[in-house]
Amino acid sequence: MAINWFKYSAPTTFYPLAGRLIPWFAISSAILFAVGLYIGFVVAPADATQGEFYRIIFIHVPSSIISMFLYLIMAGYAALGLIFNTRLSSMMASAIAPTGALFAFISLWTGALWGKPMWGAWWVWDARLTSELILLFLYLGFIALHASIDDPRRADRAAALLAIIGSVNVPIIYFSVKWWNTLHQGSTIKYSGTSMHIAMQQAMFTMLAACWLYAVAVALARVRSIILEREKNTKWITELAEVK
Amino acid sequence: MGLDIWMRENPLTYIWVGSYAVAFIIFAVEIAMVIHKRKITLQQVRLMREASEEE
Repeated sequence: MAINWFKYSAPTTFYPLAGRLIPWFAISSAILFAVGLYIGFVVAPADATQGEFYRIIFIHVPSSIISMFLYLIMAGYAALGLIFNTRLSSMMASAIAPTGALFAFISLWTGALWGKPMWGAWWVWDARLTSELILLFLYLGFIALHASIDDPRRADRAAALLAIIGSVNVPIIYFSVKWWNTLHQGSTIKYSGTSMHIAMQQAMFTMLAACWLYAVAVALARVRSIILEREKNTKWITELAEVK
Repeated sequence: MGLDIWMRENPLTYIWVGSYAVAFIIFAVEIAMVIHKRKITLQQVRLMREASEEE
């Protein structure tokens, strides 16, 4: 059976679909958070060198990965909106930005809390930390630029350019630990294998999935409000059951 | 100095209060903001619809 993917690129068809998907993503996320925290704090053993402090990894690494991944998705949607002039793509980019900013903030915050007992400092101007801070500023810049222009379509185009140019920062964050001699440790999980205990890996990947599902649920909920706001003068909005 | 000693004596409390509790509070605030935004947007749309019907 062929699926017509373009069908859901219109706000009229995407709005009800997003509404149906949100509970599934939200409930799955809550379950995975509970499972991930249980494995991370009950099943996984203490680290040989870092003791209990390493357990910050189960929120720090997933939030860092999600903050970078969301930026690429946001830039992708922004580029689609810019190239094809599709309304929904730009709306999705606007909906993703606040969640991405929050994940970047959580990544920096939990990193500082991990850095203090391990390095003796909350913050160092290390390449990985600094590039992640720039990512947070890029998200905030995207949100501020979009909010500063009254016409939504012009705001979409201006913010899209910022998102596309800023996406160059994502590979810099990822490869910073390879390109420069950083205090931040390199990747523990590589293509060649890992020295991580299996329970630690399970907890980290479960929390990663939970954070991802949470981000999707929140972005979908936010884009529904953006669709309502931008399409409020259209007939299909006035005919919605929740509006009547 | 006091914090350094406390965090080494209570690592799990430090981790939970400092990172996990903060992260989950941030998630809760974000969810509340999204729900609030939907509520006020729906109100606006309803008001607009009512106004256009009265005309």
